[in-house]
Amino acid sequence: MTIGLHQYLILSCLLFAIGFFGVLLRKNTLVVFMCLELMLVASTIGFVAFSRFNAAMDGNVFVFFILTVAAAEVAGGLAIIVALFRKRQTLMLDELDELKN
Amino acid sequence: MSDLLFFAFTALTAGGALGVVLNKNAVHAAFCLLLSLLGTAGLFVLLNAYLLAALLILVYAGAVVALFVFVVMLIGMQGGTGKPTGRLATVGAFLAFIALLAGAFVTLTREPLPPPVLANMPPVGAELKLYAYQLFTTYLLPVEVSGFLLLVAMIGVIVLAKKDKPEAKA
Repeated sequence: MTIGLHQYLILSCLLFAIGFFGVLLRKNTLVVFMCLELMLVASTIGFVAFSRFNAAMDGNVFVFFILTVAAAEVAGGLAIIVALFRKRQTLMLDELDELKN
Repeated sequence: MSDLLFFAFTALTAGGALGVVLNKNAVHAAFCLLLSLLGTAGLFVLLNAYLLAALLILVYAGAVVALFVFVVMLIGMQGGTGKPTGRLATVGAFLAFIALLAGAFVTLTREPLPPPVLANMPPVGAELKLYAYQLFTTYLLPVEVSGFLLLVAMIGVIVLAKKDKPEAKA
């Protein structure tokens, strides 16, 4: 069996699904955020694989922008999480239900 | 050899991801995320994208995971102090996971992509010059925009992280 585009795409889908599973399953905001990062990384695997198997640069360059946006997102998100923790003293999603009902 | 490495890195990536999802302790989850990212960097090397592998290690493993660990330590939310996820939520999450995977597999297997012949494909991702050329010609505007985004993120984080003054003078 030779490793082709297919195997990389399956891995990418699997990683995305695992990240999605984590976002739905976990209660700790920080871990949910880590799972979001996993989903971003899964998409980069797809981009790089398509780029490699089509001999095109665009996917590779796009990964640059994904990395940049992910870095900005993590900085902003963690700052929001820290500010939230200062106000509420908790990060568990089922305790942060002000908007419910 | 390359196939063997692919499976090894796949196991590392997927295993690390499962570790992130299933670990009770947030610090352990962060380290599992690190493992998963290392596997991904290995896959990038197998795909001849050496620069992206190095960047992934630098940006994600170096900055992002360190930031996560730092925040987890700072606010001390390592353990699962809250009540565990409800049964319904667990089943729902698992069903969504299965549905997403099934959809992806069906899409991938229904119309198989023509197998590209790798020998005919030059490894464009290995050449640094091409990245620079693309970033400063075709993608010049996105580069500027992402630079601006980083500036906005930096200022926003500073504003968010400042302690609220009790009575700020307008």
